[in-house]
Amino acid sequence: MSALVLDQMAQAMASNAESRFAASAVTQDASKAKMAAQDLRVQYDGVTALGGVNLDILHNRVTALIGPSGCGKSTFIRCLNRMNDVIAGCTILGTVTLDDENIYAPDQDVVLLRSRVGMVFQKPNPFPKSIYDNVAYGPRIHGLAPDKKGLDAIVNESLSRAGLFEEVRDRLDDSGTSLSGGQQQRLCIARAIAVEPEVILMDEPCSALDPIATARIEELIGELKQRYTIVIVTHSMQQAARVSDKTAFFHLGHIVEEGDTKQIFSNPVDERTRDYVMGRIG
Amino acid sequence: MSNIPNTRSHVAETLKSRHRSERYFRLLGLAATIFGLAFLSILFVSITMKGYSAFQKTSILLNVSVEAGEALPAINYQGLIKASLRQSFPEVKKRQAKRALYGLVSSGAAYELRAKVIDNPTLIGTTVAIWVTASDDVDMVSKGVIPRGTTPAVRRLSDRQMGWLGVLENEGRVKTGFNWTLFTAGDSREPELAGVAVAMLGSFYSVLVCIVLSFPLGVMTAVYLEEFAPRNRWIEFVEININNLAAVPSIVFGLLGLAVFLNVFNLPRSSPLIGGMVLALMTLPTIVIASRAALKAVPPSVRDAALALGASPVQAVLHHVLPLAMPGTLTGTVIGTARALGETAPLLMIGMVAFIVDLPETILSPATALPVQVFLWADQPERAFGERTAAAILILLVFICSMNLLAVALRRKFEIRW
Repeated sequence: MSALVLDQMAQAMASNAESRFAASAVTQDASKAKMAAQDLRVQYDGVTALGGVNLDILHNRVTALIGPSGCGKSTFIRCLNRMNDVIAGCTILGTVTLDDENIYAPDQDVVLLRSRVGMVFQKPNPFPKSIYDNVAYGPRIHGLAPDKKGLDAIVNESLSRAGLFEEVRDRLDDSGTSLSGGQQQRLCIARAIAVEPEVILMDEPCSALDPIATARIEELIGELKQRYTIVIVTHSMQQAARVSDKTAFFHLGHIVEEGDTKQIFSNPVDERTRDYVMGRIG
Repeated sequence: MSNIPNTRSHVAETLKSRHRSERYFRLLGLAATIFGLAFLSILFVSITMKGYSAFQKTSILLNVSVEAGEALPAINYQGLIKASLRQSFPEVKKRQAKRALYGLVSSGAAYELRAKVIDNPTLIGTTVAIWVTASDDVDMVSKGVIPRGTTPAVRRLSDRQMGWLGVLENEGRVKTGFNWTLFTAGDSREPELAGVAVAMLGSFYSVLVCIVLSFPLGVMTAVYLEEFAPRNRWIEFVEININNLAAVPSIVFGLLGLAVFLNVFNLPRSSPLIGGMVLALMTLPTIVIASRAALKAVPPSVRDAALALGASPVQAVLHHVLPLAMPGTLTGTVIGTARALGETAPLLMIGMVAFIVDLPETILSPATALPVQVFLWADQPERAFGERTAAAILILLVFICSMNLLAVALRRKFEIRW
């Protein structure tokens, strides 16, 4: 049975490798780390959630974070745009760099950071406003559009890039919450890319979606990585294998193993990684 | 596996008693609801029965000859009214009898005549037909609130006065119409001249001041405590005391107002401004508590979504969290203000319990409030004040009901469906 799964994965990765090749043709400094965590330690009220994590996130690549529940991958991804700041009792030590600048430096502005590092959450969370206003909110608060026309253009382009425009073009004034789950999640992606971030963090973006909507989002991730650096947390091994270039396996607050997705899934070094990707633990 | 039939028989045994207790519980709830509704309707019916007659008032038609030649300010209107009454009943000669006759019309009749003449000075030198307000005793008998057959001591009209009233009624000179006085006049010693205009305006001003002060303060306090305040002992202390404030008896707020607003700041006594400020103190904790509950109920995912897009914490709150909390906040505000509208005790302390005839021009003019007016009138011995007390209560209830309707409407308007 596991042999069959591995076989499927190998196929998926083969097709993935082709698209990656196409992507690397348009990007330049792909080998350079866009973001990097150095000895990142996080505690919630004294309980260690992350105990010294080092990870490079490469430019215009999809990095998948896998691991059993409670292993710290969501904590890690939330450190990358400092969303953990809002959680009471959370202490963060170590450094995370974005373009070689420490985002936890005292003079780092969180608003600026989050406009550069966008996020898509596990549960689709559109604002209870119109589809248009959902997408336009980010550009509005950052003053990205010179006028109404410019804003319209940003909204339409973001929706198109999120693959949602065709479905909602006639009802931009409808509430964002009236969409289906998969559409809502694509709306959230459109909202995130409307700000033109450099990095997009996705925290289990498909866990609340059906397989068809999931496939649509995965396809979208493949398109988005041409422009953005993407970090994705996922519980689905197949998804990690399908969409990512690099994979990091988290276990009990540490990274057990990281490397090329192909290598992690076909030839893991660590015993725990092997067990996890083959479905024995977690 | 062996315990499955066992489970089934156990459940089957207890099913009957479970269903029975469920039925009892529902019946109990239904009974409580009916009980409450019954008392509410008894209250409404009794107040309406007592109060509806106050919305009618009796007038008497007099033909008053206003002599020519006198200067406008010098006319003795009181005398003219009396003369007209004597003219209608020429057989009345004795001093005591005359006084009884004059008692048929209100002492306000002279002012009504005066207003009419000043309005139209060409009436001087003619005979003016004018409907003047009847005295309260005539009013009560004429409307049938007090039966005609009762003894003179009860109906407060002598047999002779009843006779005159009969004559006037036969001549078609007594009519009952809508009691506009109740809505246009201030307080008066004479029930037939008394109205709730001062109280209504005073209540309106006070509640306005109360909302203007307490709503922004309360909402901002709630937003700060809920969204921005650091978790430490000081903040906890403040929170506990806000909850305590909600339980402080309202008269204590009145004393605070007296001590601080009147005695320290020397603000004008009896004014709706002070009334509103005291009521705002009282309403503030209610609004803070309701707003915090509403803010707490906003899903954190909305905050996260805004923050992750790079909204500053204040933007996230003002653009997303607060609008979503608005329905709850408004409900709390209206509940608080409706309570403030019905509050008497704190207003007594700051002198809004006054006999005030003139309409308040500004929020600094002396005024009274509807519940205080009810309190004042309930104290009066005249039967006519009894029905006016009930009428004032009805007006107050209408005020409060319309505020609650407004709250429902606002809630509907701001409510966002997910």
